[in-house]
Amino acid sequence: MENKIAEVIAAGSAEFTAECYELYNIPPLGSLVKTINEPVEIIGVVGQSMTSGFEPGRRPIARGKDEASEAAVYQTNPQLTKLLRSEFQVVVIGHKNGANLFQYLPPKPAHIHGFVLPCSSDEIQTFSRSFDFLNLLMHNEQIPPEELIAAALREMSRVQPDPSAFLIAAGKKLTGLMSGDYQKLKAVLGRLTL
Amino acid sequence: MTEGKKRDQTLGLVANNEKGLQVDQALGLVVSGSVEKGTEVRLDSQASVEDMVVGRYVTIAGKKRRFFGMITDISLGVTDPEIAVSPPDTADTFTAAVLEGTATYGALHVLPMLTLGGEATAITEGPQPVKTVPSHFSRVNLASESDMELVFGKEDESRFYIGNPLDMETHLCLDLETLVKRSNGIFGKSGTGKTFLTRILLIGMLQKSRAVNLIFDMHNEYGWMGTSEGGQRQVKALKQLFPESVAVFTLDEENSRRRGVSTDFVVKIGFEEIDPEDISLLRQTLNLTEAAVEAVYQLRRKLGRDWMQKAIDLNDSDETRALLAEMSIHESTFQNLKRGLATIRRLPFIVSRSPVDAVKQIMEYLDRGMNVVLEFGRFRDIAAYMLVANMLARRIYNRYQEKMEASMGGTVAPPTPLVITIEEAHKFLNTEIASQTIFGTIAREMRKYNVTLLVIDQRPSAIDEEIMSQMGTKITCLLDNERDIDAVLAGVSGKNELKTVLARLAPKQQALIFGHAVPMPVPFRPRDWGTAESYKEFTRGNNYAQKAEKDIKDLFD
Ligand SMILES: Nc1ncnc2c1ncn2[C@@H]1O[C@H](COP(=O)(O)OP(=O)(O)OP(=O)(O)O)[C@@H](O)[C@H]1O
Ligand SMILES: [Mg+2]
Repeated sequence: MENKIAEVIAAGSAEFTAECYELYNIPPLGSLVKTINEPVEIIGVVGQSMTSGFEPGRRPIARGKDEASEAAVYQTNPQLTKLLRSEFQVVVIGHKNGANLFQYLPPKPAHIHGFVLPCSSDEIQTFSRSFDFLNLLMHNEQIPPEELIAAALREMSRVQPDPSAFLIAAGKKLTGLMSGDYQKLKAVLGRLTL
Repeated sequence: MTEGKKRDQTLGLVANNEKGLQVDQALGLVVSGSVEKGTEVRLDSQASVEDMVVGRYVTIAGKKRRFFGMITDISLGVTDPEIAVSPPDTADTFTAAVLEGTATYGALHVLPMLTLGGEATAITEGPQPVKTVPSHFSRVNLASESDMELVFGKEDESRFYIGNPLDMETHLCLDLETLVKRSNGIFGKSGTGKTFLTRILLIGMLQKSRAVNLIFDMHNEYGWMGTSEGGQRQVKALKQLFPESVAVFTLDEENSRRRGVSTDFVVKIGFEEIDPEDISLLRQTLNLTEAAVEAVYQLRRKLGRDWMQKAIDLNDSDETRALLAEMSIHESTFQNLKRGLATIRRLPFIVSRSPVDAVKQIMEYLDRGMNVVLEFGRFRDIAAYMLVANMLARRIYNRYQEKMEASMGGTVAPPTPLVITIEEAHKFLNTEIASQTIFGTIAREMRKYNVTLLVIDQRPSAIDEEIMSQMGTKITCLLDNERDIDAVLAGVSGKNELKTVLARLAPKQQALIFGHAVPMPVPFRPRDWGTAESYKEFTRGNNYAQKAEKDIKDLFD
């Protein structure tokens, strides 16, 4: 699994947290990633992410007063990449078992130390044939759902043969899900323009 | 189904059809409804409201049976009133595209009218009237040609093609034998195509109804030549196309000759043929007082068959005064009557003694199966028309009555059914007069004596309500007076929906038919009349009938 980018460090049924192998190598907000818990492949959308110091009690301090650029700070302090870490949370939106794809929560959560990989274009296309996952995104509690949904759909649209038709179809599905909250719907739609 | 296509459908990506709708395209789903009010159909997002037309036929695939109905209204809906309050920016085509068909949608109001298939009766007896509604989410499609044919029939020996349901290729066919079993009406305001439609219907009747026609042709349009486009173009009429089965009688020989009409008989009416009823019918037209009409009956009793001639001859003498006093007819009443009678006498076709009995002559033709058109020539005023039509019709009706009664004995055949066509029908059939005219009697009695009417009128609200309700089938072109619309549609189920349909008819050559002869109301476009092609089409039916007759003969010879 040469394209693994992170590793699960906390896992629940509806979300898991992964730590990046490389500082700042966080997949974009809304992108589709997966982790394997044999025989199931758990699929999720990248939500909240953050970078912080390793030791919980010690906060990083400012170091660049005499440096010319941010890059120079890291050059002068090569240990920094070891003292800092990037992690992100993933909102689980489905799973795959063999050839079957499900857009609802997997029976068991991810394993700690499970590898996290970005989904390929093919995988994204296959997954986004249905929009049932939108419901799970709407009920996440980490990030304002409008933001997360819009980000996920924008990400998915990139790999579609006809991105705008895809977004219209997704919008139609959302209209049903958000009926009764036209303002919120408009907020999402406003974030979907490419 | 291929993977790609399936995906398109789930995502609703199928582009709106540029060419409009296909027949087998699903329009939407039934979401609510009642037998009385019809069903609400939510339009699929793929189907555009702009492709829908009021008056189009649809089928609804219920769980147990199929329904056949008509689109009677089309509307736009929103799921959330806020959308209407703050619609997306005009530039925001994306949001508009998303909302279309989801939060904003088209809706159809469909009136189910018949059920197709399902129960045994529907299979053996064809479409049945609806008694229920389709269940939730039944699919709605445009009616296919074969559904239409199932409902409107195919041309055959007794069915005649009168036109096409609006926007459809299907032939609307009427069973004319059924049609002429009752009196029927053709309505519409001036210039909407009543005359053209009547001509078409008459052509059909003379070929397929097994009835003969007598037409009181006020404007000389049915026998020989008619005009089109406000008189600018000439069109053919019945005798030109069917010389072997149509005879033209005229009241105005000179006029007919000038118009190059080949007439069969010149009608003259003798004084002695005019009865008091004929005068009483003309009370309003001739400006007679009630007393003057009373006087007519008295004069008839006193003076006998020749009463009219004698009354006109009465001069201002003591004898006259004595005679009037004897009958207690007031002098002014008599003067009023005399003025009226003078108006009648001035009509050139009224003679003191007619050489040939017109009624006898007409009966001879009718008995031979000939259709008779009586042209009025220049005598188009309503008094002449009412007098002649009522007088002749009454006598002919009496003959029919005698013949029918004789046939009940079983030795003679009943007379060929007769259809009498009259224009300006409200003049004969208004509430005040209907009880006095022969037409009122015929309209009410549903072919007791093998005579029915085809009435043509611009003002149906002026026709007696009971008579309107007795009419078997009504065909109405555009009407714009609310009272006329109400009068025509009185008692029809789905009246409000039909009102919408009626109000949307084109100002010419479109009509709505409903009643006995059709399984459900149908807005349609009458066949074209007036081109060489059209004449060929209309006479082809004739050959067909002749051929069928010949075939039958061959079979028995
Ligand atoms: N079936 C038809 N085929 C061709 N033209 C038609 C047809 N129906 C109507 N029209 C056109 O419409 C015009 C008016 O039709 P028509 O004379 O039948 O009206 P109408 O209702 O009888 O009018 P009015 O009440 O004045 O007698 C015709 O002159 C003709 O041009
Ligand atoms: Mg006319």
